[in-house]
Amino acid sequence: MSDKSKGSVAPDVPATEPSFWEADKGLASWLFTLDHKRLGVMYLVSTMIFLFVGGAAALLLRTELLTPEGDIFSATVYNKLFTVHGAVMVFLVIIPSVPGALGNFLLPLMLGAKDVAFPRLNLLSFWVYTLGAMFFLYTLFAGGLDTGWTFYTPYSSTTGTSVVSATLGAFILGFSSILTGLNFIVTVHKMRAPGLTWNRLPLFVWGIYATAVIQILATPVLAITLLLITIERTLNIGIFDPAMGGDPVLFQHFFWFYSHPAVYIMILPGFAIESELIAVHSRKHIFGYKAIALSSVAIAIISFLVWGHHMFVSGQSELAGVIFSFLTFAVAVPTAIKVFSWVATLYKGSIEFNTPMLYGLMFIFTFSIGGLTGLFLGSLATDVHLHDTYFVVAHFHYVMMGGTIIAFIGGIHHWWSKMFGVNYSEKAAKIGALLVFIGFNMTFFNQFILGQQGMPRRYYTYLPQFQQQHVLSTIGAYILGAGLLWTAIYLIHSLRRGEKATSNPWHGVSLEWHTQSPPIQHNFHGTPVVTSDPYDFPEIDRTGETDRH
Amino acid sequence: MNLSTLFLAMAPAKDAPLPPNDAKGGPWSMPIQASTFAPETDAIYLFILVLCLISFVGIIGATLYFMRAYRRRSPDQKTSSITHNGKVEFLWSAIPAVLLVVIFLWSEVAFMKQVVPPSDAIDIRVKGQKWFWTAEYPANPGVQLNNEIIVPVGVPVRVTLTSEDVIHSFFIPAFRIKRDAVPGRYTTVWFEATRPGDYNLFCAEYCGDQHSEMRGVVHVLPLDEYEAALEEAGRLELEQGESLAAFGERIYTRKGCNACHSTDGTTKTGPSWKGIYGADRTFADGSSGKVDDNYIRESILEPNAKVVAGFTPQMPSFQGQLNDDQITALIEFMKTLK
Repeated sequence: MSDKSKGSVAPDVPATEPSFWEADKGLASWLFTLDHKRLGVMYLVSTMIFLFVGGAAALLLRTELLTPEGDIFSATVYNKLFTVHGAVMVFLVIIPSVPGALGNFLLPLMLGAKDVAFPRLNLLSFWVYTLGAMFFLYTLFAGGLDTGWTFYTPYSSTTGTSVVSATLGAFILGFSSILTGLNFIVTVHKMRAPGLTWNRLPLFVWGIYATAVIQILATPVLAITLLLITIERTLNIGIFDPAMGGDPVLFQHFFWFYSHPAVYIMILPGFAIESELIAVHSRKHIFGYKAIALSSVAIAIISFLVWGHHMFVSGQSELAGVIFSFLTFAVAVPTAIKVFSWVATLYKGSIEFNTPMLYGLMFIFTFSIGGLTGLFLGSLATDVHLHDTYFVVAHFHYVMMGGTIIAFIGGIHHWWSKMFGVNYSEKAAKIGALLVFIGFNMTFFNQFILGQQGMPRRYYTYLPQFQQQHVLSTIGAYILGAGLLWTAIYLIHSLRRGEKATSNPWHGVSLEWHTQSPPIQHNFHGTPVVTSDPYDFPEIDRTGETDRH
Repeated sequence: MNLSTLFLAMAPAKDAPLPPNDAKGGPWSMPIQASTFAPETDAIYLFILVLCLISFVGIIGATLYFMRAYRRRSPDQKTSSITHNGKVEFLWSAIPAVLLVVIFLWSEVAFMKQVVPPSDAIDIRVKGQKWFWTAEYPANPGVQLNNEIIVPVGVPVRVTLTSEDVIHSFFIPAFRIKRDAVPGRYTTVWFEATRPGDYNLFCAEYCGDQHSEMRGVVHVLPLDEYEAALEEAGRLELEQGESLAAFGERIYTRKGCNACHSTDGTTKTGPSWKGIYGADRTFADGSSGKVDDNYIRESILEPNAKVVAGFTPQMPSFQGQLNDDQITALIEFMKTLK
C-alpha cells in the first residue's frame, strides 16, 4: 500500500495470510461456503457453463439458417433450439452473471466490508439458482420447450412440450434473483466502511444497487405470471387461454411488466462495470458522477412504465400505445447521458489500451448502436413495420450482448487478477477481443437490414432473397464463437500457468484494490477508512496545468 | 450433407410458384412502397436514421479522437481534474430530449392514421390458424381465399383479424402494416394499396412448427379487374376438361392442405399423402384401420376422431369449408399419389 497519502486507507496485509482460496480445503468448504468471494467464483463458473450451452444452441441455429429451406434439423428441433438459446441466456446467464459473479465478489470488497449483510441467505440464493437451473436441464431432457423464452399464451397453454418444468425453473430462479437483490440492498445501506458516503460509492455499486431495486420489485410479478400458466395447464383454470375464457393479451401485460424492467436488470450491471473500466484505465475522475449514479436510479423507476412498447401491434388500446411510446423516449434520455459521460471521461485522460479498456471502448461502440436503434422501435409507426422482425433481434443483441456481455467480459479481465491472483496473457486477450468485436458486428449488423426488409424472426425457413445476409450472419457467429472459446481457453490456461499478480495492477483507488490478490478470507485485516472518492487517481493534475493546454 | 449443397441448395420447391420478392430496391433499402402508409413510415425511418448517424458519428468520432489524442505516452502522464460541467450536461440532456419529442410526435401522428379506417373502406375478414390464412369478403358471400388476399388499388381496405388457435400476426412488409390476430377477439388494421402487383404476407408472431411457412400473397389489382378476379378466385369448381385429380391438386394448394401434408413422403405436421390411399394405419388410441374414402372424409370433417399414431391432434375441421365435390376431388388426387 504505497500511496497511503492519497485515496482510501486500508491496514497493511501481512504476506503470510492465506487467501480465500487456501483458507479452507475440500469440496464441502465450497458447497457450504458463506464467503461472498467463493460464491462469486461459483456463480462465475456456472454462468460461464450456461453461456457455452446457450452459445452452442445459437451456433446450431445459425448453421440451419445458412440456406432458406430446412435441412439439418426439423422445424420442431429448430424451435426448441431458439427457445433454449433465449431462455438459457436470459435466465441462467445474463440476469445472474454480473450481480451473481462480479457483484458478489466485489460489492463487500468495494464497501470495505467482511461479507454481504446476510451470508447464509447468499448461500441459499446460489442453491436456489442451482435448483432452478436443474429444472431447466430437466426440461431439455424431458422433450424440450418450444414456446420461445417469452412463453406467449395461448401457445404455451397448448403446446405439448415441457412448459411446466421450464416455468417452474424460471419461477425458482426468480427467487434467487430476489434474495440476491435484497441482500445487496441491505449490504449497501448498512455495511459501508467509515467515510464511505453515498457520494463516494464506486459507480459499480450504484449500478448493482439500482439493479437490486428492480430485482426485488419486478421479479415477483414474473413469478406470479409463470405460476398462473402452470395452474392453467395443470388445473385447466382459464386465465390466459381464450379456449377456457382467458385473455392471452393479459399474459403479455404481466410478462412484460417484469420482462421490460428485466432488460434493465440485465443492462444496468453492464453500465456499472463500464464506469469502472473507463475511469480506471483513463486515469481520470469519472465525468458527471452524480448524473451517472442518478440516471441509473431514474432508469430503474421509468423502466416500470414502458412495458407496453412490446405490444404496439398486439391489440392493446392505441392510447396505451401512444403513452408507452412517449415513456419509452423518456427512458432514452438518462441512457444517453451515461454514454456522453463515459466519452467525456476520456477527454484529457491517460488512456491505456489494455484488454479491459478495449472491452470498455468496444462497449461504447456496440451499446451506442443498440441504444440508438431502440429509437426506431420506440417510435410507433416504424415499430409497426419492424416489430417481430430481425431488426428487433439485432437491437436486443446489441444491447444484451454488445452491452452486458461485452462489459461482463471486460469486467472479468479487469478483476481477473483480483479474483484469481494471476495474470492472463495480454497478447492472447487482445486477439480474443478482436475476434469478438469482428464476429459480433458481423453477426448482428446484417440483421438490422434483414429486419427492415421484412424478414420475421423465429423463422425456420425463409425466402431466398434473404439468404445473402443470413450467410454473412452465420459466418460472423462462427467468428464470435471462436473468439469466446479462445477467451475461455487463455483465461483457464492462466490459472495454471499465469504469472502471479500484484495486488493493484491498474493502480485503482477503490477499496477492492487495497487488499491482496486474491483477498484473504475476511477481505481486510481491519476496517478500512475512506477519505476520498473512488476516482481520485494520483495522475490527476490538481494545479490546473493540464487544462490550460 | 456436403458444403456445396449447403450453399447452392437455393432452387425453390418445384411445385410452388416463386414467392414475390419485395426487396427490389436493393439489399440495403426498405421493401417496395405499395401502400399510402409506406412513404410516411419510410420518411420517419429515414429521419431517425439520419439523427442516429449524426449521433453515432459524434460519439464514436469523439471517442476515436480522444483515444488518439490522450493515449498514454508515459506512465506518469498527468490528466485533467474536470469532474463535471453543468452547462455541457444540461445541453446533452436537453437537445436529445427535444429531438426525441419530435420523433415521438411525428410517429404518433402517422400511427393514429393507421388506427382509424375511413368509413368507405372495403371489409375483409381474415382468420389465422395453424398454419394458414383464410380471407372472406362479406360483400361477396361465398368467396373464401386461403393464403392469398385480393385487394383493389386506390381503395381503402379494412381487415378484421381473428385467430382460430394461437396468436398469429398479419404482416405485409410492402404496406408497412402489422397487426396481431388474437384468438377470442377481433383486431383491425387498414391500408390503401398504391401499386398493382403481388406482395408477401407473413405471419410475424411465432405460432409453432410451420410458422415460417404461414405465408400468403397479396394481389393488388386495378379496380376494374378486382371484382372479376375475386369472383374467379372464389370459384373453386371443376373446370371444363379438367380431371378430378387435377382439381383435387388445386384444392390441395388453395385450401392450405400443403402446409401440413406433403406429397413426396416427407413427414410434416401431418402424415404425407404419398401412398396414403388404401394404406393400413394404426391410430393413437391403439386401434387400426384402412385409409378409404370414408376415413378420409371423416379426417377432413372431424380430424381428431382418429389420429394416426405418432402425430398430435393439430388439424382444424374443414366442416363448411369444403363441399362434397371438393372432398371427392381430394380423394381422387390422393389416389394418384403412389
